[in-house]
Amino acid sequence: MMKSVFLRNAKNYLMTGLMLTATLAVLIPLGLIFFHIMKMGMSSVNLDFFTQIPKPTGETGGGMANGMLGSLMMIAMASLIGLPVGIFGAIYLAEFGGSKVSTAIRFAADVLSGTPSIITGMVAYTLLVVPMKGFSALAGSVALAMIMIPIVLRTTEEQLKLVPGSLREASLALGVPMWRTTLKVTLRSALSGVMTGVLLAIARVAGETAPLLFTALGNQFWGKDLTQPMAALPLQIFSFAIAPYEDWHRLAWAGALVLVVVMFGLSLTARYFGRTRTGE
Amino acid sequence: MPATQTTAPPGPADKRISGDLIFRLVTTVFAFSILIILALMLAEMTSESLPAIRQFGRKFLTSSEWDAVQGNFGALPYLYGSVISSVLALALATPLSIGAAIFITEICPKKVGTWIAPLVELLAAIPSVIYGLWGVLVMAPWLQSTVQPFLIEHFGFLPFFQGAPYGVSMLAAVFILMIMVVPIITSITREVLLTVPLSQKEAAIALGATHWETIRMAVLPYGRSGILGAAILGLGRAVGETMAVTMVIGNSPQISLSLMSPAYTMPSVIANEFAEATSKLHSAALMEIGLILLLVTLVINALARLLIWSVTRSAGGGAA
Repeated sequence: MMKSVFLRNAKNYLMTGLMLTATLAVLIPLGLIFFHIMKMGMSSVNLDFFTQIPKPTGETGGGMANGMLGSLMMIAMASLIGLPVGIFGAIYLAEFGGSKVSTAIRFAADVLSGTPSIITGMVAYTLLVVPMKGFSALAGSVALAMIMIPIVLRTTEEQLKLVPGSLREASLALGVPMWRTTLKVTLRSALSGVMTGVLLAIARVAGETAPLLFTALGNQFWGKDLTQPMAALPLQIFSFAIAPYEDWHRLAWAGALVLVVVMFGLSLTARYFGRTRTGE
Repeated sequence: MPATQTTAPPGPADKRISGDLIFRLVTTVFAFSILIILALMLAEMTSESLPAIRQFGRKFLTSSEWDAVQGNFGALPYLYGSVISSVLALALATPLSIGAAIFITEICPKKVGTWIAPLVELLAAIPSVIYGLWGVLVMAPWLQSTVQPFLIEHFGFLPFFQGAPYGVSMLAAVFILMIMVVPIITSITREVLLTVPLSQKEAAIALGATHWETIRMAVLPYGRSGILGAAILGLGRAVGETMAVTMVIGNSPQISLSLMSPAYTMPSVIANEFAEATSKLHSAALMEIGLILLLVTLVINALARLLIWSVTRSAGGGAA
């Protein structure tokens, strides 16, 4: 019944080798992508990239300054809409919600965060672009906010649940009303963890392209009006990457490098907040 | 007199109750906004695609004619492209991801594992437009000059590898999707494997099992449904992936067995045509494709979440 020890050991080594191979097969393409972004991006990015808007077709040079400004404005607007909804919704789930309703909302949030972001763009189009009779940065922001809400909701709730009940009880026993207790005691002690979730949500929408295609649409020029089409960094990377001009590819690589650096920066900051929390 | 004892002093107490009430009301509304968004999505997508549903009925799913000028729309090439690209990508990605997750959690030294795991998660966060940029400017030319000629020359007798090497093709879409879903499946599988109780592994080791036997007998069966959930979640990502696929698949609505030829997917046709839809019927047809996509991903995600929850919830001990 027992296979020989030799065979079993051989199989052990074989499988270990296979899993090592799988790990390498996972890491190598990702390493290559990272390498190319670094290599092509480093040689392409310059001061003009941060200060200029794209040059007309055929001219070389220019930058993506309008895209970066547009992305910043839309992310700020989306955070303004999405963060309160996500955080207060999480307070309901953690502090008030009956278990059945909360589970349903939690489940819906998890499912919602998996729906394709292009659908969010289509919904924002029918809700805002059609009634307002034009593409607008506002519609883009709403689409991004709809992506942020489930992420912020879930991460904030996890953090609120980590706050010990005795803290809440101590505050309530002192006669502090529930809403003040929640905001000043519960939310404050979970703050660093909540920040982690917020930063991760911002990092996620910063790179979103599909929901902006039919909402913010993109803009060749400086656009600062929230009711008008607005440029965004990911949109510019997309349209420049598929254009047949060498110089536009260069700008796309530079844009990719900036985007990746920003996102990694956000992720590392989020990790730092997460670490100080667990270290306490 | 007991009644007066239970009621608090009138002034501040009333304020308190109303403050709490308002607070409770606001948080409730915001929490339910998730359900409202979900309902709104379904309602909007359905009502906007009604003209196409009425006009074409079931033919929409079986016809491959897509003619904006004549007003004839059939979604078959897009359905085909989506199914083939995501299923093949998942078939390639799942074994790799599970292998990598096992290696990270069970085999390699703890220090290396704690170093690789956040790296993989960081890579899962790279925006899809950047994968697309790399795909169209680096990977597709490489496929065109090296991989595709090789496949065509040596495996050209199979219908899957016939035709000319275009670079942008179904093959490119499969590869880029595989690269993109691997970090997702790996990190969730890793989370699932971390919930396997130590005692379970120790029992296997105490019986004299080798490292691999421990993994096969004690670790994998315990995390099976969670790993399945991770793979299904990866499928959901692959089906809905828009930008990267649009950039490398070639955007040609044809149904071809060959992986060498360009194809088209549901999200890609929406991305390319929706902003410039020529007629009411055209945008309704694109909306219907979006509705199909939404329904498919809802089902896939619901299934995946239930499977993952069933493992991590019961093991994590977290109530509710």
